[in-house]
Amino acid sequence: MDILNAIVALANFVLIPAAAYGAQLALGALGVTLIYGILRFSNFAHGDTMAFGTAMVILVTWALQGAGIGIAPLPTALLALPFGIGLTAALVLGTDRAVYRFYRRQKAAPVILVIVSMGVMFVMNGLTRFIIGVEDIAFDDGARFIVNARAFRDATGLDEGLALRSTQVITLVTALVVVVWLFWFLNRTRTGKSMRAFSDNEDLALLSGINPERVVMYAWLIASALATIAGTLYGLDKSFKAFNYFQLLLPIFAAAIVGGLGNPVGAIAGGFLIAFSEVGVTYAWKKVAGYVLPFWEPDGLLQLLSTEYKFAVSFVILIAVLLFRPTGLFKGKSV
Amino acid sequence: MSAPYLSAEGMTGGYGAADILHDCTLTVDRGQIAVIVGPNGAGKSTAMKAVFGMLRLRAGRVTLDGEDITALSPQARVAKGMGFVPQVANVFPTMSVEENLEMGAFLRRDDIRATMEQVYALFPILRDKRRQNAGELSGGQRQQVAVGRALMTQPKLLMLDEPTAGVSPIVMDELFDRIIEVARSGISILMVEQNARQALEIADRGYVLVQGANRFADTGAALLADPEVRRTFLGG
Repeated sequence: MDILNAIVALANFVLIPAAAYGAQLALGALGVTLIYGILRFSNFAHGDTMAFGTAMVILVTWALQGAGIGIAPLPTALLALPFGIGLTAALVLGTDRAVYRFYRRQKAAPVILVIVSMGVMFVMNGLTRFIIGVEDIAFDDGARFIVNARAFRDATGLDEGLALRSTQVITLVTALVVVVWLFWFLNRTRTGKSMRAFSDNEDLALLSGINPERVVMYAWLIASALATIAGTLYGLDKSFKAFNYFQLLLPIFAAAIVGGLGNPVGAIAGGFLIAFSEVGVTYAWKKVAGYVLPFWEPDGLLQLLSTEYKFAVSFVILIAVLLFRPTGLFKGKSV
Repeated sequence: MSAPYLSAEGMTGGYGAADILHDCTLTVDRGQIAVIVGPNGAGKSTAMKAVFGMLRLRAGRVTLDGEDITALSPQARVAKGMGFVPQVANVFPTMSVEENLEMGAFLRRDDIRATMEQVYALFPILRDKRRQNAGELSGGQRQQVAVGRALMTQPKLLMLDEPTAGVSPIVMDELFDRIIEVARSGISILMVEQNARQALEIADRGYVLVQGANRFADTGAALLADPEVRRTFLGG
């Protein structure tokens, strides 16, 4: 039995990637849950908002790289992030003005707003592909590794290598900063509290003099920022492809619903739960099993599902939660 | 005698085509308690909503301190010094008691700590529970939060829609005492009540509403003494 190698292999192939992926999903789910809490509908355009935001960050990154501006060893995209957020927020606020506000005034049912958001999703989807194309774009520059697999092997003398990519660390650090800021904003500032009040009891918020249009504007602004940050981190960690972001919608919604729609803590927990389940179920456990149980020689790879089926994991969790605990783990609003 | 602080005259209107209120008139003097009683479906809550601007009136006008506010939105009326405590869903359940009070004072830009102290002095239990979420409190405590939230704007007129609905008789007496205390501090009170007898006992002015129209209007004591009111509405 070789516990150390098993732990290193597990960390390298499951724990670290899943933690980074979980942070990305958590940021995405926070945006979804925030819009649900304030505007009371599931925003299907969130995945494509992430794609658009990332596309904007990539364009600004290219411009900065062209101008020779960088923040090595960190990726230039981090510098481009504020610009990307600004551009995305402009598009999202414009969409709200042109589309959602009309339905809000009509007091449209949530299901109508969901369909409307699907329309917005298709438009944003097309817009993003039109602007930046459909192919894979890798835009991370700067140092690639903080711990390199070969260096780790040489240093520790273990058989297994441990790679820690800089994008994974950046993802986790950025997510932590964003989440801490968001909770500070929601719990400590007057505007944040008014957003929670509006989410809690809209009529009473109106009676207290809280301006609904202002609350909605802040919700869109924060959701755009969260979407752009989540999308950029995902793109840095993997690569940017517009279609992948559309597909991310499912795990993000699963994360938000598992945690309890409208509940920010739930969105974060849900993001990590989905990520660890997805990576855990699609990982081939043969190597780790070989270290822990050397006497057992399994025939297969000990992989429960091939990676092509990773979205099935979100689906199964989503259905299980909706069947047995529709308000989610952290008591969100009933769906 | 000077003009009443709040005067709602000849209110006629409803939610749809049919009118619920028919020429309904309510007035409250400064620092006094006015109570609306009447059978179920008499339009008591509707009259309250009409005074607060949550109902479109076909006829009639509402004046506050001599100023015509008939056309103002509920939010604008809050800014004019009206506070409203709805019957249900009158707190922010996932926010702490203190945050509920802060949200009540959302329109104010000055220091709200003194007002919060007054609310805590009025309802001492809220001070102990100030970090707890309002949704976790008992019914009576939640009503105190709701009244406290409305007081945070420093209203000159406080409107209460059945403040004692669903609370025990002991808590009800306690709430009535607090309401008298609020009125003594100079705030006018307009209140709808199911517990007609107890409410009329503390009322300076009472209105018996039947089918959206004034049936009786007099001082609380006079209504309690009126044999017809006693027979028809107070159960003998």
